[in-house]
Amino acid sequence: MSLLRYRSEIIKFKEMNFTLKIWRQENARAKGRFETYQLQDISPDCSFLEMLDILNQQLIDKFEKPVCFDHDCREGICGACGLYINGRPHGPDKGITTCQLHMRKFKDGDTIVVEPWRAKPFPVIKDLVVDRSAFDKIIQAGGFISVNTGGVPDANTIPVPRKNADIAMDAAACIGCGACVAACKNASAMLFVAAKVSQFAMLPQGQVEAKERVLKMVQKMDELGFGNCTNTGACEAECPKEISLSHIARMNREYFSATFNA
Amino acid sequence: MIRLNAKIPEGPLADKWTRYKATQKLVNPANKRKLDIIIVGTGLAGASAAASLGELGFNVSAFCYQDSPRRAHSIAAQGGINAAKNYRNDGDSVYRLFYDTIKGGDYRSREANVYRLAEVSNAIIDQCVAQGVPFAREYGGLLDNRSFGGAQVSRTFYARGQTGQQLLLGAYGALSRQIAKGTVKMFTRSEMLDLVIVDGKARGIITRNLVTGEITRHAAHAVVLATGGYGNAFFLSTNAMGSNGSAIWQAYKKGAFFANPAFVQIHPTCIPVHGDYQSKLTLMSESLRNDGRIWVPKKKEDAEAIRAGKLSSVDIPEEDRDYYLERRYPAFGNLVPRDVASRAAKERCDAGYGVGTGLAVYLDFTDAINRLGKNVIEERYGNLFQMYEKITDENPYKTPMMIYPAIHYTMGGIWVDYELMTTIPGLFAIGEANFSDHGANRLGASALMQGLADGYFVLPYTIQNYLAGEIMTPRISTSLQEFQDAENAISERISRLMSIKGKRTVDQIHREFGMKLWDLVGMGRNKDGLQQALTSFKDMKDEFWGNIRIPGDAAGMNPELEKAGRVADFIELGELMALDALNREESCGGHFREEHQTPEGEAMRHDGKFMYVSAWEYQGKDKEPILHKENIDYEFIKVQVRNYKI
Ligand SMILES: Cc1cc2nc3c(=O)[nH]c(=O)nc-3n(C[C@H](O)[C@H](O)[C@H](O)COP(=O)(O)OP(=O)(O)OC[C@H]3O[C@@H](n4cnc5c(N)ncnc54)[C@H](O)[C@@H]3O)c2cc1C
Ligand code: FES
Repeated sequence: MSLLRYRSEIIKFKEMNFTLKIWRQENARAKGRFETYQLQDISPDCSFLEMLDILNQQLIDKFEKPVCFDHDCREGICGACGLYINGRPHGPDKGITTCQLHMRKFKDGDTIVVEPWRAKPFPVIKDLVVDRSAFDKIIQAGGFISVNTGGVPDANTIPVPRKNADIAMDAAACIGCGACVAACKNASAMLFVAAKVSQFAMLPQGQVEAKERVLKMVQKMDELGFGNCTNTGACEAECPKEISLSHIARMNREYFSATFNA
Repeated sequence: MIRLNAKIPEGPLADKWTRYKATQKLVNPANKRKLDIIIVGTGLAGASAAASLGELGFNVSAFCYQDSPRRAHSIAAQGGINAAKNYRNDGDSVYRLFYDTIKGGDYRSREANVYRLAEVSNAIIDQCVAQGVPFAREYGGLLDNRSFGGAQVSRTFYARGQTGQQLLLGAYGALSRQIAKGTVKMFTRSEMLDLVIVDGKARGIITRNLVTGEITRHAAHAVVLATGGYGNAFFLSTNAMGSNGSAIWQAYKKGAFFANPAFVQIHPTCIPVHGDYQSKLTLMSESLRNDGRIWVPKKKEDAEAIRAGKLSSVDIPEEDRDYYLERRYPAFGNLVPRDVASRAAKERCDAGYGVGTGLAVYLDFTDAINRLGKNVIEERYGNLFQMYEKITDENPYKTPMMIYPAIHYTMGGIWVDYELMTTIPGLFAIGEANFSDHGANRLGASALMQGLADGYFVLPYTIQNYLAGEIMTPRISTSLQEFQDAENAISERISRLMSIKGKRTVDQIHREFGMKLWDLVGMGRNKDGLQQALTSFKDMKDEFWGNIRIPGDAAGMNPELEKAGRVADFIELGELMALDALNREESCGGHFREEHQTPEGEAMRHDGKFMYVSAWEYQGKDKEPILHKENIDYEFIKVQVRNYKI
């Protein structure tokens, strides 16, 4: 432990320099390009987005336009942030979002390439900001249990085996950031859709509409131009919430049983 | 002077809400379709209200600044949501939840509102379970609970450390269903910049499309603000980066009274500030205080050695640790309410016992890990521990966490009556945006409860009592002069901001202002400091409007412009906070006036003089607002000195 502390203290005091190659694109119609920026004296305890804040302050000082990127909670839960960093969604660290990435994961002098999500159903709006409203549309197609407010039974009249509740929660942890789509060579949204389908498949409340739900959500996903799933597993590997491929398997079972019984 | 009428129904406390519902006016289904409602904000409060009102058949338009309603700040709530289910058989009841909330709020909230909140709390849990919210369960399949501060029962329902996320996704699902049905029209990446009033009634809003920069008018029969709290005024807070006070501030400037602006909650367990590049502070959920023990070294020299890096927490033997909350408050120990825990941490650090940078205390899980095993702790708090490690690069299973208080929540907000209507007819405020239920201090796990109570179970009733009087009013036209004027004013404000082309960035000014606000209107406040704040904020306003630099242009996406508008409002709001804090010559809940404390350093209320809600009325630029007082009468409970010692 003392060694660990010693190491982290040394790292803490050493500031770092980076070369950034960032995708700049004025708007959806404009052609984009990479711009190169040099950034000095960055603390390793600085988060990736704070590093971009520092860059932006410097750009504004020079009367240049700051880099646009989506972000809000900055603690890994809202799913707003999402940058493609050195060829990986959310960058080199595992199980985290871009806002949780810290500069200590890079080496002094590194060149860091920053791009937006690249997927047809997620068109670029500006710089690193993309339009992910396709995800909302998939949920609108059936990613809910149809109950109106009021008139529902007492919560404890619906017991759920703890194991099932835990699996449902694992699936429900999805933050809708879109890293799965960005990671997939086919731009498939299977992990995103499966997470919702699987959550409800594990709960008694979800059974009533199970068939309809999976059919409608998959149909909407296809309609919106997301690609097919070829089981490469890139989505699972890059998912900041480490949502497992087993949910895709569960969704496939749901889908086949729905089509078979239809 | 206008007398504030809270419209509390007559009758015994437990019957008020039932009676209200039985006698209020309703709108029939055919008329509902003809009535338009604007809901600004789709966090827990706004999304649940939009879904419920859409289900009822009203024609709803909903707005949020994020790219999706699923990303509202509510998503970040970690620890849980309270309800009076008494599933644990530990003596809970609606009355006890009501009582704890009033006491926790340091006797500065309305009995009738709080009782209603406790009353509908159980229905929220039922609703969420029906929606498929995966709450934590026990092996028998029934719902599990945990404890939160300020209560001696376990009444908090939770979904791992992601309760807000799961509740919001539930409400988002319900909202999505209505969007698909066409009863709710959703406007994302849209920011409300002004409220439009026609003939004294709220009739619409002006928004800016954050992608195109387009300014748009929207009209309705009623407007609901569900835009969350204004904690981000302090720059560093646990709120999401975009959380803002602008919508409620514009409403205030149009005549809605602002209540208790000085009542701000400082959360005791946040990751301490560690660098000047920092953009926000991260909360470590209060639920951690179920199993974590808070301490600092007993000896000053140990604390100094730790700060110098010569000793570490594990080098301090048990007998040299000061578990100061357990020492000072034996009855509640580590689970005292937030204001008490925050002040106690500040007291230790100010006295020189802080660790880390000096502004930090330990939150230690060693005992719990030894007692329950690492697995149980991981199951309960795994995601929080991971979050902590990612930020600090330290492993809390091995070394204690370091924490310090940070700005978290605002109890103050737009004044509303029992029906959640503001002083502007037709303008409602729900969720954190209003001031209604938490008095001078909110208990943990009660904001989620209040947001969903307002949105699912209160507003859908009370708004009808108003709208029943509007069934003869045809759709409001956006070509009315009032809309034109409001749009012009907004366009002018934007051009003015863009044309300053000064030297300082928005963040620089916001950071400087936020620090001042924290120092002078933060955890400890006094007369001199508050007066100093008032002068200094005036200067900051001049600095802002004379020296801000916003690059790019107003058409198209421009985050600097968005931030500038919000910061301009925050500075004005900060002035009102200071004014309110200056006026309230007592300490209560989160509001601690250093002049008013007991010899042991506990907050000292002055019930004789300050048992009221301060409701401020705007008088125009650079004019002092007028203070209205809503007296709080406790009919049903006995007002006491808050005591968490015995
Ligand atoms: C880190 C953290 C943890 C928390 N944990 C808990 C907990 O465990 N239990 C608990 O009870 N409470 C908790 N809270 C408090 C609780 O989360 C909030 O008080 C609550 O979620 C607020 O909900 P809301 O619906 O009122 O507002 P928000 O969720 O803040 O939503 C505001 C909405 O308004 C929109 N909006 C804002 N301004 C504008 C504008 N000008 N124009 C258009 N739209 C706008 C936003 O887009 C958003 O949709 C926590 C808070 C934080 C910060
Ligand atoms: S900003 Fe919310 S997940 Fe990164």
